This record gives sequence, C-alpha cells and structure tokens, in this order.
Amino acid sequence: MAVTQTATAPANTRWTEGWRSFRMAAWLGWQIESNWADPFLFFIYSVVKPLASASILVVMYSIITNANFENPLFPYIYLGNAFYIYVGAVMSGVSWAVIDDREHYKTLKYMYVAPIRIPAYLLGRGVARFLTGSLSVIITITAGVLFLKVPFNPLEANWPLFFLALFIGVVMLAMMGLLLGSITLLLVHHSWGIAEAVAGALYLFSGAIFPLEVLPNWIRPVGYIMPITYWLELLRRSLVGDIAQAFPTLAGFSNLQLLGILVGLSLAFGTLAVFVFRYCDYHARERGTIDMVSNY
Amino acid sequence: MNERLPKATGWRLFVKTVLARSYPRIIGQQREKSWMFWDIFLPMLGVSSYVFVYRAIGAPEDYVGFVVMGGAMTAFWMNVLWSMSSQLYWEKEQGNLALYIMAPNQMMAILLGMALGGLVATALRAIAIILLGMLLFKVSFVVVSFLQLLAVFLLAMTALYGMGMMMASLFLLLSREAWHISNLAQEPIYLASGFYFPIKSFPFWIAAAAAIIPLTLGLDAMRQLVFPTGATLGFISVSVEITVLFVLCVVFLLAAKLLLGHMEKLAIREGRLTESRR
Repeated sequence: MAVTQTATAPANTRWTEGWRSFRMAAWLGWQIESNWADPFLFFIYSVVKPLASASILVVMYSIITNANFENPLFPYIYLGNAFYIYVGAVMSGVSWAVIDDREHYKTLKYMYVAPIRIPAYLLGRGVARFLTGSLSVIITITAGVLFLKVPFNPLEANWPLFFLALFIGVVMLAMMGLLLGSITLLLVHHSWGIAEAVAGALYLFSGAIFPLEVLPNWIRPVGYIMPITYWLELLRRSLVGDIAQAFPTLAGFSNLQLLGILVGLSLAFGTLAVFVFRYCDYHARERGTIDMVSNY
Repeated sequence: MNERLPKATGWRLFVKTVLARSYPRIIGQQREKSWMFWDIFLPMLGVSSYVFVYRAIGAPEDYVGFVVMGGAMTAFWMNVLWSMSSQLYWEKEQGNLALYIMAPNQMMAILLGMALGGLVATALRAIAIILLGMLLFKVSFVVVSFLQLLAVFLLAMTALYGMGMMMASLFLLLSREAWHISNLAQEPIYLASGFYFPIKSFPFWIAAAAAIIPLTLGLDAMRQLVFPTGATLGFISVSVEITVLFVLCVVFLLAAKLLLGHMEKLAIREGRLTESRR
C-alpha cells in the first residue's frame, strides 16, 4: 500500500520527501560518525589514517628516488592518492549505511516503514563521510605543498574546472555507493567487504597512484571504463596542469573531452545504480532480507 | 543412564578450553571457504598497488618481494586487531561475553584459544598471499637460515598474539570506540612497522620505538633472512632482533595475564560486561 502511494505521489511531493530524507540522513550520519568521541579526538581520528596512508607512499618514493620530489611522478602519485580518499569515503559511506542500519542498529526496517525515500536516505548517509573525507583531502594536500614540494600554486590552478570535476565526481561516487548499497541489501555474507573490495580494486585499476602504462596490457581496459580514472586526471590537471599532462595515459584528450567522458560514464553508472536499486529493493523485500540480522 | 560425565579441572580444563575456543576458528574456515577469498583477495589488491608503484618508480625487484612479504604479514595484524583485540567487544555485542565469564574456565584460556585458532587460520592465508605474490610478480626467496627464520616467525607471532591478548583485555572497557580504534590502527601501523618498505629508512630512534609492535622486528628479520639484499637493508642484526622478540613475548604475555585480571574486575564493577552502547 505504502509503495503504491509512493509511486503515484505528485512529483513535487516526491522531491520534498527526497530532500527531507537526504537532509535528515545527513544529520543522522554525522551524529553516528562523530558523537563517539570529543571533537578534537574525532579530528585526529579523521586525519591520521589518510595522512599515514599518504606517508607510506612518500617513504616508498623517497627511498627509491633519494627524495627527488621534483620529478613529475611524485605529484601524480601524491595528488591521486589524496583525492582517492573521496572514493573510499563517499562510496563506502553510502553503502555502509545498509550494513549499519540492518546489522548493527537494526533500524533498517523502521526506515522502510517511515515516510522517507530510501535511495535519498542512503545518499544522505554518505554526506558525513564526504565532509570528513574533504577535511582529510585538504590536510593531505596542504602537507604535501608545505613539506614535500608538491608544485601547487593556487593562483595558477584552474578552479572552475576543479570544482566542476569535483562535483561531478562526488555525485558519481555517491551513485556508485548506491549501487553497492543496493547489492548489499541482498547479501547476507561478506556484505561488509563489498565496498572495501571495490575501492581496493579501483585503487589498482584507475591509475590513482601510478600511470596506467605500468599495468599489464590486459588489465588496462578496466581502468579506461572506470569514470574515476578520468575524474582523477581532471583533478590533477586542474591543480597542476603541466605535470599531469606529462604522462601519456590520457595526454591525447583535452579537458573538455575528459569532462565529456566523465559525464557520460557517470550518467551510465548513475542510471545503472537506479535500476539496480529498484531490482535489489524488490528482491530484498521478497526474500525478507530488509530486517535480517545475520551476525556474520 | 545416570552416569556423570568426567569433569575436567586444573590444567586439563585450561587445555580443553584453549582447544575448544580455537576449534571454531580453524574448523569454521574449512566450512566457510568464501572467507579465504576475501582474506586473500583484499590484501592482494593493496599489495598489487604498492608493487606497481615500486615498478613505476623503478625500484629494484627485491622491493617487490618486501611488499609481498609485508602484505602477507598484514593478514596477521588484521587478525590481531579484528579477531583478538576487538573480539571481546564483538562477544559483548552478541551477548556471549557474560557466558564466558560465567563458565567455570579461565578467560586467559579463552584468549589463548582465540590466538591459537587465529594464528593457524591466518597462517594459511598468509602462505596463500606469498604464493600468489610469487606467481604474479615473480618474487623469489633465498633463505639464509631456516632455523633462524622459524625462530623469528614463532617468536614474532607469540609476541604479536600476546599483544593481541593484552589489547583484548583493554578493549573490554570499550564500546563503540573499539571499532574506531581498530580501524585507526591499520595504516599508521603499516607505516610505523615498515610493512611495505625497510624500517631502516626511518631514523634509528623512530624505528626503535616502532619495534614495540612485534611485526616490525619480525618482518625486518624475515626480510634479512629471505632476500639477497635483505641484510644490507636490515635495521639491526637478526640475532639481536630474536632476543628483543623473545623479551617482547614474555612482556606481552605477562601483561596480558595481569591486565586481563584487572580489567575483568573493573568491567564487572562498572557494569560494562553486558552493556551495549550503540
């Protein structure tokens, strides 16, 4: 009955409901993420992991190159790794909400009977991780510029391109998170590992920390069909244009072409996410996995 | 019909408890083989990324081996973090912890059983990661001394799981923070312990401080013993590392015993054994 009412609701009601669901989920997500510790401890927690992750790459790089941070490869690696923080944060922020609510808090069933839009609710749950991820990205890049000679000059950066690419990318990551969250609705075993596995695979295949040419020939096409590859390239180009274009992977594409590819692939993944959500939502209701606690 | 079952007491009860707690970890792995895929696949993704970074910057091939070995050791660290330190928190969440305390056995035996089961199960995964690394990245090993290698591995694992037992007792007092702390103790430890590069790259005192984590010296010693350039990139000599690891074993196991007794009493007094603060 509730489903029928929802499906026939006027468009403006659907948007209002969707926006309200998103807004409240964002607030709820922030409370869950942050209220277990005092603000200072939470700040430390939010930045230590990404800084340590970046430091591993910095140490590896400096051992082999005798700390030659002038080489264009270094900002390529460093910036790719810094912006990749968003991938883990946004994607798993959205998809993890299903596990959190179903297995841990056991509230997913209540969300389903509440007058909210579930996809908007799940997307809203990713906002908190986006905010903490943004903080980590800013601190990581600032540390790189101040201490490791990452050649970033704010006056030379292409800010319109940066913010446009960032916006499209974050929406794309949120839709990929929805895609994974939808699949998680049907999973009983290993649901916790899906987002981590996808983020790990994309880290490897998208050329985040090394040019795609380093990968064996047969793996490279995986990177070329992933929107994250183009997104990271655009972000690098917008901040350190000349250096990013020094690598042959995507050197033949103009910024506009890269934007076009990113938008096209993002739309494809977004559309896929919507259909996959509808499919998984229907089957999760059929199989009774919405209110299931597996303790797995 | 009314015959009573023989009742184990003393050291027999202790050993039986250890075996009983390790049983589900070892047998569970055989029954649920999909865990093997996740526990090998996920670390392999990270290992592969770091291998390609080294290849992109033109590192010598031994560094690829360092990464593969570090990746295999991450399985043990993850096991200690999530299946030792946080285990009592999970047990509390599921309502089992009170049963452990009520049962006529020692918590130390429960922790030892968890450690034994986790060690055996994780060793299989670590071996799989090393074999895959050898296959995918053509890593080869040249063992200098099997005896020393075995000693380093056993001492490092005893100290590491002793540390896990000690942390498990500390985690008894935690609720939701336990998850966050375990989550936090991944990348910073990979960095401090040199999972993907020789620890010698750090200034001496930083590397020495990192040696409090048994895998730091264990990994460094194993690299010295299995790679041709390992000795030149080693932090300190293998024999010194073996001595320090032995000391760490004693310290962590004793600390685990003392802390467990103290924390159990504290948790009972503060009513934390059955709470569930989500």
